[in-house]
Amino acid sequence: MNNLVFINISRFVGLVLLQVIVCNNINFLGYINPNIYVLFILLYPVANNRLLFIFLSFLLGLSVDMFLDSGGTHAAASVTIAYIRPLFLKFSFGAVYEYHAVKFSKTDLTQRLIYFLILIFIHHFILFCLVVFDQNELLLIFKHTFYSSMFTLLLCLLLSSLFSNKET
Amino acid sequence: MQQLFNFFIRNKTFVLFLLLLSCALSFTIRSHEYHRSKFIHSSNQITGSIYGAFHGITQYINLKKENKLLLDENSQLKTLVFNRENLAKVDSLLESTYNLLPSLVYKNSFAVPNNYLTLNKGRNDHIKDEDGVITSKGIVGIIDKTSKNYSRVLSVLNTNSRINVKLKKTNHFGILSWDGKSPEITQLKDVQDLVKIAIGDTVVTSGYSSTFPANIPVGSIKSYRLNDTEDLYIIDIKLFNDMTNLEHVYIVKNTDINELKALNISDE
Repeated sequence: MNNLVFINISRFVGLVLLQVIVCNNINFLGYINPNIYVLFILLYPVANNRLLFIFLSFLLGLSVDMFLDSGGTHAAASVTIAYIRPLFLKFSFGAVYEYHAVKFSKTDLTQRLIYFLILIFIHHFILFCLVVFDQNELLLIFKHTFYSSMFTLLLCLLLSSLFSNKET
Repeated sequence: MQQLFNFFIRNKTFVLFLLLLSCALSFTIRSHEYHRSKFIHSSNQITGSIYGAFHGITQYINLKKENKLLLDENSQLKTLVFNRENLAKVDSLLESTYNLLPSLVYKNSFAVPNNYLTLNKGRNDHIKDEDGVITSKGIVGIIDKTSKNYSRVLSVLNTNSRINVKLKKTNHFGILSWDGKSPEITQLKDVQDLVKIAIGDTVVTSGYSSTFPANIPVGSIKSYRLNDTEDLYIIDIKLFNDMTNLEHVYIVKNTDINELKALNISDE
């Protein structure tokens, strides 16, 4: 139990620092930055206190916002995907979710890919809608969302397989 | 009443979600409208010190380039000093005196519509809101938030930024703003269409606001077009400064600013 809490706290701090110090300076092609901190929300234990989880993801988004002067955009996007996460867990992992038996290190690659992809895409879409608060620039929003999601998805898959497959 | 409580208790996760979402949205909307939340900005003590710690490591990468820039700037300034010794002292048009404070950029951004920089000087170094920030090549922005040791700059690459500038050749002035598209091009508005302008003309600060001294270089004209009502120009200015690559900046402190402000208030 303590081990789990310790792991999650260190994930929280580590991902926020990684995000603001490394990932936000990448500016690939001038504007694409991965948002690696969503990995915390994606890999949080399935059996959890939902209230605490939503609150923690709010804090996560807010910490990133504090460093980036972006108002509450990351917090809003993080809270949204934390709220809808159970829906997509059920969608991509099926019946296994019902018994709270999903261990991310033991899941299929395709299922994990779909789950990551949908949540990351929704998160980035909300994020860029709030950053570019202008409906005339819808094309710009979609462009940013698409490229950033691809970059974030790549990094999340890499990092999650680096740190989670200790059993095999 | 009881029904209401039961409703809240049954849907507690949804209610919490709505509450936090509205908090986050309100922070965003406030920062779009110039009402800044006091704690959630990058120049408070915690965020500033973390940026400072990592800057101590990454500054070594840029040392060679920065040294070259500083040497170039020194030689420019020394040329000016040596030439001026031969001329009589020229009175400046403004009576106010400006002090410059060098500072390091801890954090920059240029890809989002509202960009800010974080500097390592704050209230302890007598920096106030609305001090200007420049480099040897051009302007950077205006300080909008300070904490004890750090401050935040409203970059010229920010849709809320308005800086008073003038055409160097003819002294016609206008307002410099940014449309959010390219980090190299800003827009100059409110110049009458009777003015003769040419591509490549220099634009400098006008000195009409007490933030920047006059004749600080800003950029050069890249293109221009008439606005919708066909009586004013919208001019695209290519900035002299490379806003993606700032390390050393100077904070401009106007020592007469209290006097100027009091004068303006008594006029209105």
